[in-house]
Amino acid sequence: MDSYRVKAGPEGYLPPAAACVGICLPERGHALLEGELVPEERALEEIARRLLAAGNPVFFPGPLILWDWKEGVAEKARALQVLAREVRAKIIPMPDYRPKYPMINPAVEINPNHPNLTIWHNHIDVCVFIGVHCHYANVALKIIRGGTDCYTIAICGEVGHEDAMISLRDAGLRTLERLTAMVREMKRKAGDVG
Amino acid sequence: MIEQRVALMVDEVFQPTRCESRFITGSEAVKEAIQRSNITMAIAYPITPQSESMHLVGDLYAEGYIPDYFRGESEFAVMGQVAGAAMGGVRVFTATGGPGTLRAFEMFPCWAGMRLPIVCCFFTRGVNSPLSIQPDTIEMAFLLDTGIIMLHAEGAQDLYDFTLRAFAIAEQTDVHIPVGVFADGFFVTHTREMVTVGPPDVKLPPYDPHRSPVPAMDMEGVPVRHMRDPFVMKSNFISYAAHASWQQEILAAVERSRKYVHEYLGGLLETENEEADILIMAAGTAVSQSREAIQLARAQGIDVGLVKIKCLRPFPTEEIQHLARRARAIVVPEFNRVGWLAREIKSVVEDNSRVVGAPRVFGGMTMPSEMILAQLQACVPATR
Repeated sequence: MDSYRVKAGPEGYLPPAAACVGICLPERGHALLEGELVPEERALEEIARRLLAAGNPVFFPGPLILWDWKEGVAEKARALQVLAREVRAKIIPMPDYRPKYPMINPAVEINPNHPNLTIWHNHIDVCVFIGVHCHYANVALKIIRGGTDCYTIAICGEVGHEDAMISLRDAGLRTLERLTAMVREMKRKAGDVG
Repeated sequence: MIEQRVALMVDEVFQPTRCESRFITGSEAVKEAIQRSNITMAIAYPITPQSESMHLVGDLYAEGYIPDYFRGESEFAVMGQVAGAAMGGVRVFTATGGPGTLRAFEMFPCWAGMRLPIVCCFFTRGVNSPLSIQPDTIEMAFLLDTGIIMLHAEGAQDLYDFTLRAFAIAEQTDVHIPVGVFADGFFVTHTREMVTVGPPDVKLPPYDPHRSPVPAMDMEGVPVRHMRDPFVMKSNFISYAAHASWQQEILAAVERSRKYVHEYLGGLLETENEEADILIMAAGTAVSQSREAIQLARAQGIDVGLVKIKCLRPFPTEEIQHLARRARAIVVPEFNRVGWLAREIKSVVEDNSRVVGAPRVFGGMTMPSEMILAQLQACVPATR
């Protein structure tokens, strides 16, 4: 139990909640990297590296960043678009959490209750949750880990997510800007200026 | 009404610099806690031995401390109504006990499933036929697996502290699960003791629904919508997986509450003389009776330690495993027939033949400390 790691799946029929097998959320200034507590800077570097190495990275922005519901959200959303462009990622909005009865069309929508269908259909190898209410993010991240090999990243404005392979906490505008700067620096070092 | 100031930090309410001692009942301790809790709404339905506590919370409404208060149609209705209030994004309180708990039972796992940070006091009593209004903690056995956090108060001081602090635990984003504060009916609710309370002119900071892990109520979104279109109604793997993962997430939220129980309650349990060969592990008023029994045992040269279990969900598994490691015998006195606490302890300790699930009294009977002493005396040969 102590050695449980949160790695990309498929882990199986019904993986455990990582919190129930010894994975603890990070304190301020720290993050989770595959179930291990690491300094936030280390996690940011790994996120940048994973996004740049991905074949088909996708951002799943939720309602907390899709709707301009409080001060600072619009700026954060714009920063997210900049980051997505830098890593050549798609954006699939996740505007609400309603189950789509009886079928969903994975070509056009995502719903955290059917995330693996969307991931399978779109061949997504790295996904980033941002602005998704914590409960729904956790439910979706667990299903993704169970049924797909997608590498999941959670950029959380609250306290983070044990079921993501990488999870930040208290992430705001500054975090996105730092991540973008890190991506640019990595691209510069790799000689990719495009 | 006293003009109240919102505390800048919760410690100002939990560990105030200005305290006073009052000789009050457990029910009055609940009133004192709620007076300082900055709730928006309280909903009541009478059931002995809980009724007095919600009468007194009603007085707080009359005095202007609570914006909204009413009596529901039944315990089941009340639990649905507090769920609605919590979904709407306000801090809410209620209390029940005994048959009221059972009548409302369906709502407790629903509260947990909806991630509602409701605080509810449960004043336990007998629930079986023939009817009894007397103390008995059997209802706690039924509630252990509903997904709510369960704190068990020993006396009125704990009841005041746990009720007030429960809001801080329940409302953490990573927890956001209902908290049940349990106290043994009549023994605690209708008995006076000295209780240290904080200043009445300071109250908790308000609840912030925007930090909730689910959106506040929206008729087209969950949690309301998820009740209209339950995932399980769709017969496919993803619907089932969503439902199963949802349940796992509730368990995960309860797990995450451990650190906040440490922060606000000083740990899931308390110990005295934990190196002793014989340990009593108890919860609620069985702890008080055990303290008396330990005094009697010491007078006879029997060395006994005490483990007071304050939090049953999450269960202090590692702490109990650690404490039990060197004990020769563990005595678990309980105020119920089934021995749910002994069962919990036996499920986590090695060599559980050391766990003595006795004495037990129920149906409102008191537990003379001599009964516990007799069990301790019987354990002495095992320690030689």
